Amino acid sequence: MQIPKELQYTKTHEWARRDGQEVVVGLTSHAQEELRDVVFVELPKVGKMVKQGEPAAVIESVKAAFDIYAPVSGTISKVNEAVVKSPQLVNQDCYGAGWLFAVTSTAPNDFSKLLSPDDYTKQISAAPH
Amino acid sequence: MSAQLIFEKSVSGRRGYLLPPSDVPPCPPADVLPTDALRPSPPPWPEVAEFDVIRHYTRLSQLNFSVDTNFYPLGSCTMKYNPRLNERVAAMPGFAWLHPLQPAAQTQGILELLYELERLLCAITGMGAFTLQPAAGAQGELTGLKIIAAYQRRKRRTRSTILIPDSAHGTNPASAALSGFTVVQLRSGPDGLIDLGELKSKLTKDVAALMLTNPNTLGLFERDIQTIAALLHERDALVYMDGANMNALMGIAKPGEMGVDILQLNLHKTFSTPHGGGGPGAGPVGVAKALEDFLPVPRVRKSGAKFAWESTGRSTIGRVHGFYGNVGVLVRAYTYIRTLGREGLMRASETAIINANYLKVKLQETFPVKYDSSCMHEFVVTLKALKANGVTAMDVAKRLLDYGFYAPTVYFPLIVEEALMIEPTETESRETLDQFAQALISIAHEAKTNPELVRRAPQRMAVDRLDEVKAAREPNLRWTPANDLVHA
Amino acid sequence: MDYAPNTPQQLQEMLRIIGVGSFDELIKSVPEALHRRALPDVPSGLAEAQVIELCEELAARNRSLQETVSFLGAGSYAHLIPTVVDAIASRGEWLTPYTPYQAEASQGTLQAIYEFQTMICELLQMDVANASLYDGASGVGEAAVLALRATERPRILVSEAVHPHAREVIATYLQGAQAVIQQLPTVNGVTDLEALGKAMRDDVACVILQQPNVFGCLEPMAQAGQLAHRSGGLFVASVYPISLGLLQPPGAYGADIAVAEGRCLGSPPALGGPALGLFATTSALLRRMPGRLAGCTVDQAGRRGFTLTLQTREQHIRRERATSNICTNEGWLALRATIFMALLGPQGLKELATLNLEKAHYARERLCTVPWIAPMFDQPFFNEFTLRYEGRKAEAVNKKLAAAGFAGGHPLGEWYPNMAQSSLWCVTERISKSSIDRLVDTLKKI
Repeated sequence: MQIPKELQYTKTHEWARRDGQEVVVGLTSHAQEELRDVVFVELPKVGKMVKQGEPAAVIESVKAAFDIYAPVSGTISKVNEAVVKSPQLVNQDCYGAGWLFAVTSTAPNDFSKLLSPDDYTKQISAAPH
Repeated sequence: MSAQLIFEKSVSGRRGYLLPPSDVPPCPPADVLPTDALRPSPPPWPEVAEFDVIRHYTRLSQLNFSVDTNFYPLGSCTMKYNPRLNERVAAMPGFAWLHPLQPAAQTQGILELLYELERLLCAITGMGAFTLQPAAGAQGELTGLKIIAAYQRRKRRTRSTILIPDSAHGTNPASAALSGFTVVQLRSGPDGLIDLGELKSKLTKDVAALMLTNPNTLGLFERDIQTIAALLHERDALVYMDGANMNALMGIAKPGEMGVDILQLNLHKTFSTPHGGGGPGAGPVGVAKALEDFLPVPRVRKSGAKFAWESTGRSTIGRVHGFYGNVGVLVRAYTYIRTLGREGLMRASETAIINANYLKVKLQETFPVKYDSSCMHEFVVTLKALKANGVTAMDVAKRLLDYGFYAPTVYFPLIVEEALMIEPTETESRETLDQFAQALISIAHEAKTNPELVRRAPQRMAVDRLDEVKAAREPNLRWTPANDLVHA
Repeated sequence: MDYAPNTPQQLQEMLRIIGVGSFDELIKSVPEALHRRALPDVPSGLAEAQVIELCEELAARNRSLQETVSFLGAGSYAHLIPTVVDAIASRGEWLTPYTPYQAEASQGTLQAIYEFQTMICELLQMDVANASLYDGASGVGEAAVLALRATERPRILVSEAVHPHAREVIATYLQGAQAVIQQLPTVNGVTDLEALGKAMRDDVACVILQQPNVFGCLEPMAQAGQLAHRSGGLFVASVYPISLGLLQPPGAYGADIAVAEGRCLGSPPALGGPALGLFATTSALLRRMPGRLAGCTVDQAGRRGFTLTLQTREQHIRRERATSNICTNEGWLALRATIFMALLGPQGLKELATLNLEKAHYARERLCTVPWIAPMFDQPFFNEFTLRYEGRKAEAVNKKLAAAGFAGGHPLGEWYPNMAQSSLWCVTERISKSSIDRLVDTLKKI
């Protein structure tokens, strides 16, 4: 189970990486395994305002659709069009080429509220999703 | 060898239907229509002969399971026999060849039929009035929700919450959202029924209505329905009942007497009209007398011996259909009700319940039902015990196809893990039920001794498991010569 | 007569196996107070012959279009139906299957839907079509909902020349949504483009026009589409399938969404239902499409097959976030339409449309030789046109016509109060020249 040490995590299985002013967001390996084949990603519009813990994007498998929640509040600064063209990137490389969107964070404390890799590991081994 | 598409059979110059020649003077389109309004060439439809069409669509039909050929124990779908008498009556020119805008004097027969159908549905369900306009259950739901919203407006309130049990059919929350309501889910109790405590805790001032199904999707009768209705009515909130499971209630209990304010029926379930591979259906909505004013217009009124369409309804929510609803389907349902009559309808529900309980008992050693009590017309088994062998409910559903049975509803309701919802209906014989039980028991055995066989199912159909991921990632929704997927 | 095969003896035996003494033990959960064992207000059942007699008597009290020469259109069009349509569609394998969720057991239905989707796209010249909606009117309603959600703008512009029933359905569908429906006026029987231009702002989600419009007149669709797009709104065209044998289809004039009432493709009028809503969009709007979609794919052995796809838009998965709540649609009518379209082929459709055009133009010309009848609008038309009566009420004229075996044009006063002396006439290929001539003779005597 891949849980990179340099990232932060959410209860809802997103990962977050600080990159200057932006926070890059994606889906964790645990989640993409549960979801199985991703067939479509609905990304937010650039410029959209999002709130920590609220739905920002939607990811679809054949049989289900799941919300992706914003780990931090702010404005969408970038989206990864590549996953719209090739949704399988989310399955193949969820921490790299399968990133979803980036947020210019407006609340600097939000990032520190996220789960550490250890806390996230504990969470997913405790409760089977 | 894949079945060919009709486009692949096209031969330039072939004609399938000849029109009579014109008996009026010629009128070249270019003479009477502006040039830029003219279509340069007609659509590139296939060019095939009549016999090509007969052979193609006849052979295609043979790739289908159907109620006529296979048992469909689909929970909450009531896949009963579709009587051919209904078809004969619906095809009578005096019903099929009527224009919706013909004056009432020319359509007294159909108007009387529709009036009578409304009266019969009231008699069967105990509701005060019906609209026959909604074209399907989901449209009926939308109609019901619009009525709930209109009721709020009349009371000058802005309540925006609808309570829906977590066992509900997907159209329930979809319809609620489409109507501008927020959905709050009710967690079912340990007995599979609505939990009164949970209901009370979520019954806020903002609740406009509760949407429930009775019997619920587990096939269990909500025995506290009168208490539930009273709790809602205390706050002047409404009770909406999804009548998908009406097949369990005819001559047994009437929703109108349970405190239900709005009831939607599915004529293509309980009342035997055919599913047609995905419609047409009809979703009449019954209401308590107090809500009659809100019903869509026009409705059929009787004055003296004459029938007419009437569009006066002080608070009508308006129109949901281009004309009067799926009249052809309504004719079929009327025929069915008159054929069965009061004794036949009661016997239908009785037999549906006996058949379901019989099947449940035949399966109980292999697939116990979570809820101990006897069921109504359907029941839900869980196949989670097979997970140990790597076999899912979907695998079992696919393997049943190899045995010649359409699979029961899988993964629904969402509150039961690896669910299989089974509804035999009254038109299945004991022999068929025995064969089906035997098939399921065999598959359970296969799951233990040869799980791969089950996981690879179906193997006896024209196709085996289809690549649904490919279908979703690379949508191919129409044929063009370039996107042909036939492999040699 | 009932259709439950198990005999009372068999049922008794089954109760014994279940482990109860009587049926009542199975329904213990139904409270005593609610328990009914009679349906006194429902008549007793009947044998087949009695049902036929009863229904034939009811049917005989209707004047069908086989006994009446009908000039009614106004949203419902009676066309020829090839015998082969019923011969195939009445097969149990087409009539009685369930919705094709289990693809392997439904390849017939799924392939037929795929063929239907293809032919509808070709008819409308659009990128993608769904497996049908309830009817044309609800299709217009769904188009409005789609436009509101896709553009996130609150205003819908609808021409007053769109069928009033469709406009009513839009209003019902949009109740509770934060939306404004603004009506566009007509001038001389067609939508006022100047008014449309003025109404186009960046809060407009879509513009909806009908072609031909409710008066039978041809609308300036291309220009209307351009105006809609200039402000970033969507263009919705509500069209008449048979007319597309001669008229430009929506895809040719930039429609984003095309809807139609498709019952005229192979099914009888049946007092307006069941109907067949055709719905097609550009590929950009695919993910927002309501209703079912059949897609082509392959199975494990590489064989071509068909399956429902993009289901995550639909109610059974997305629940409250679905694109629509539609579940059961009009599958059997879509099949009938598919057979119809295959039988007609491109030439057949063009000939059929031409027949309609010719007969309607002949009829209008002859009708206008009646001294008190004149055309209402000076606009090109397909098979429907509006006439103005001098000094005679449309309903009274129709009563006289009914006595002579005709159903006259639909009086428009009910829908358009300022057109109380106008009537909407439709002529399809089913009407003979001699009927038209007899009609004119009858009118001249009124």
